[in-house]
Amino acid sequence: MDLTKSLPARLRPGGRHGLAGTEVRDPIGYAVAALGKLAQSDLLDRVGLRKQAEQAVYTATRTGFQAATRANRAFTRSGSRQQPGVRVPATAPRGVFDLTPGEDEQMLVDVVTEFADEVVRPAATEADETCAAPEPVLKASLEIGLPILGVPEALGGISEERSAVAGTLVAEALARGDMGLAVAALAPGAVATALGLWGTEAQQQTYLPAFTGDEVPAAALALSEPAVLFDALTPSTTARRTADGFVLDGLKSAVVRGAEAELFVVGAELDGNPVLFLVESSTPGLSVESDPGMGVRAASMARLRLEGVTLPADAVLGETDGSTYAECVRLSRLAWCALAVGTGQAVLDYVTPYVKEREAFGEPVAHRQSVAFMVADIAIELQAMRLLTYKAAGRAAAGKDFSREVALARRLCAEKGMRIGLDGVQLLGGHGFVKEHPVERWYRDLRAVGVMEGAVLV
Amino acid sequence: MINLDDPKKFRPLRDQAHQVAMNMLRPISRKYDKAEHAYPTELDMLAAMIDGLSESGAAEGAGAAGVRRDETPEEKGAGAKNGANLASVMSIAEMCWGDVGLLLSMPRQGLGNSAIASVADDEQAKRFEGVWAGMAITEPGTGSDSANISTTAVLDGDEYVINGEKIYVTSGDRADAIVVWATLDRDLGRAAIKSFVVPKGTPGMRVDRLEHKLGIKASDTATIIFEDCRVPKENLLGSPDVDVKQGFAGAMATFDNTRPLVAAMAIGCAKASLDLTRDLLEQAGVVIDYDRPALTQSAAAAKFLQMEADWEAARLLTLQAAWMADNREPNSLEASMAKAKAGRVGSDITLSCVELAGTLGYSETELLEKWSRDSKILDIFEGTQQIQQLIVARRVLGLSSAELK
Repeated sequence: MDLTKSLPARLRPGGRHGLAGTEVRDPIGYAVAALGKLAQSDLLDRVGLRKQAEQAVYTATRTGFQAATRANRAFTRSGSRQQPGVRVPATAPRGVFDLTPGEDEQMLVDVVTEFADEVVRPAATEADETCAAPEPVLKASLEIGLPILGVPEALGGISEERSAVAGTLVAEALARGDMGLAVAALAPGAVATALGLWGTEAQQQTYLPAFTGDEVPAAALALSEPAVLFDALTPSTTARRTADGFVLDGLKSAVVRGAEAELFVVGAELDGNPVLFLVESSTPGLSVESDPGMGVRAASMARLRLEGVTLPADAVLGETDGSTYAECVRLSRLAWCALAVGTGQAVLDYVTPYVKEREAFGEPVAHRQSVAFMVADIAIELQAMRLLTYKAAGRAAAGKDFSREVALARRLCAEKGMRIGLDGVQLLGGHGFVKEHPVERWYRDLRAVGVMEGAVLV
Repeated sequence: MINLDDPKKFRPLRDQAHQVAMNMLRPISRKYDKAEHAYPTELDMLAAMIDGLSESGAAEGAGAAGVRRDETPEEKGAGAKNGANLASVMSIAEMCWGDVGLLLSMPRQGLGNSAIASVADDEQAKRFEGVWAGMAITEPGTGSDSANISTTAVLDGDEYVINGEKIYVTSGDRADAIVVWATLDRDLGRAAIKSFVVPKGTPGMRVDRLEHKLGIKASDTATIIFEDCRVPKENLLGSPDVDVKQGFAGAMATFDNTRPLVAAMAIGCAKASLDLTRDLLEQAGVVIDYDRPALTQSAAAAKFLQMEADWEAARLLTLQAAWMADNREPNSLEASMAKAKAGRVGSDITLSCVELAGTLGYSETELLEKWSRDSKILDIFEGTQQIQQLIVARRVLGLSSAELK
């Protein structure tokens, strides 16, 4: 409670529990509030009226558990700070309109699809409940090579040319299994890909060996902030120049696996421009706080607080004029679009047999146009979302400007993706509302699209 | 390799169509909106120009007539092909950015030509080359349920005798010939429905009246009566056999080719509204920012972003359907998806642009109000929104027309 507020202000109900500041209490309201306080008071516990079952450890399933960030491994400094890093070339499309993935891309999609079907989907319910991705799932995702998809071959990765299309197809295929687990598994790759795209030789040689090795660190691209009407391009997290580096202050949200992460890429404003900073988790001044949301819970989302975080001069990733940051935001939005397409496909795959089997009034509900047309619209809008996403991905991979295309893809995926989640539940009726079926989880997950910034990147 | 940008080889064609639309169609757009039923004589010269381009090979499939599917098998592994279907939807969209009604009035580019291109055998394709053909399916009592038509064709010697009434025949008064749908035997259902080419001036065929419409007024819409109208039996398009197993597929195959074209018309018309509205908004100080969240921009900018996203979606679905046809993949599902999306988006965009522009948009001083009238038919003809949803639903759910009515 804010002690700087006057007593009358503190007695006002607004500003907490989702109440608007305009709410007022009448006498009955005060009486009920007092009774409520007593019911919640630990007085009851002290006199032994209630069992104490508090867990004093960090748990991702509840809001507000605070902890220090993880002590990270020692990243061995190497390479030149002045030299640009290794870059892969853009793709060179032959100017033909084409919807066929490349051979390598198709092989990758097949592998990831199998993984999504056999490993990811069966683990999804429990991961959602516990707000944690099971270790075996994450381990298996490393074996497929997810973190090094966007890392240049010369640095131990698998990327020979710009991998935005491959990344998009993989994110879609994974999310068809589960969006939350997809985000958890793709988060380290987002940081590794960012290093591949914008890192200096020193940054690449210092950090990438950890991602291409056997013990891949958790890592997070932290761009979101918990603010209404948040605009990713104007973060309120600040970076101040000092004699030998920078000091960062601010609060980031939706930080994937924040408590485990060993390396963060944090967005902050420097001299009026948004800039990316590499922040190791052992840096003093960092703390994490669990911050689970309505969905994408398997990603163990947290808030990352930065208080006087001192960084060396070479902590800047990419340009300081805002161009790298803007490209990062766009590529991240592209990945979220791909996740929406995958989850939307999961909904369509699920409701299609359901409405044909579920009977009402003596015949399958699918025989009614009001039901069948909802399925048709899911199919139409889903394919539209996919095509917009692929178009943006193709342009990104070819090194063309894709700001318009990704904006349109995000707009459509946010609106139609949510609609698909909503209709998915509606088509199952009451059965859609209960956890016996996964559609309620997809409903919660699909709200993330259009809300989230950062976390994933292709 | 996934690449959804416009194909390089058709960009000159697209840009050429844009120039024609801008410099030839737009200047006469309002004139023929006002002068309903007057023949746009300016189009004769344009049609001659397009014929010239087609002959020189410079305009591969630059119109509705270009949708014939290439039957010669390609070498496998040559990669994806961009052919006449893609070229057609791209050029038609640009022409409809100019004016939908005038595009529909273009000699030799009618939907009847698409029907001939889709169903005719080689001999017929050659015989009807250069013929401007309108399309007659709808009857006073039969719209979307086109399997239920009552116009009959009875073989008498070497001729078919056609009897019935057809409505909503686009270019019915101007075209050189009409492709008319008629049944050989009403008891045999949809399998017995065939299409016939009836040349203008054939005794027994007469235009009864021309409709007064909400939009596309430059295009004439005729009611045509057939009374003991005789055509040579060689004018039956495709096979005369009544194949109950194949059912309606023969005649309906036309739609797989024409639906992407109508979707392209909706895209072109909507783009006209978007382009002008964007300009008007910018003049009023509203600039669309693709990177900032829509909700932190003005409501007008947010609405514009939503419209542009829907527009791009409709366009890509249409290109997809055409691309599949070019690569000889079955595309009934995708053709219907494209038309459903383009049809509804076309209405939303053109009507919303009128709303955004206020009385300026509502007034005849601008063309926004016209485009919002022209767009409506594109969600109706060649299969209404609801018919497209039905087709998509049946295909996605794997249900027959008896199960999902």
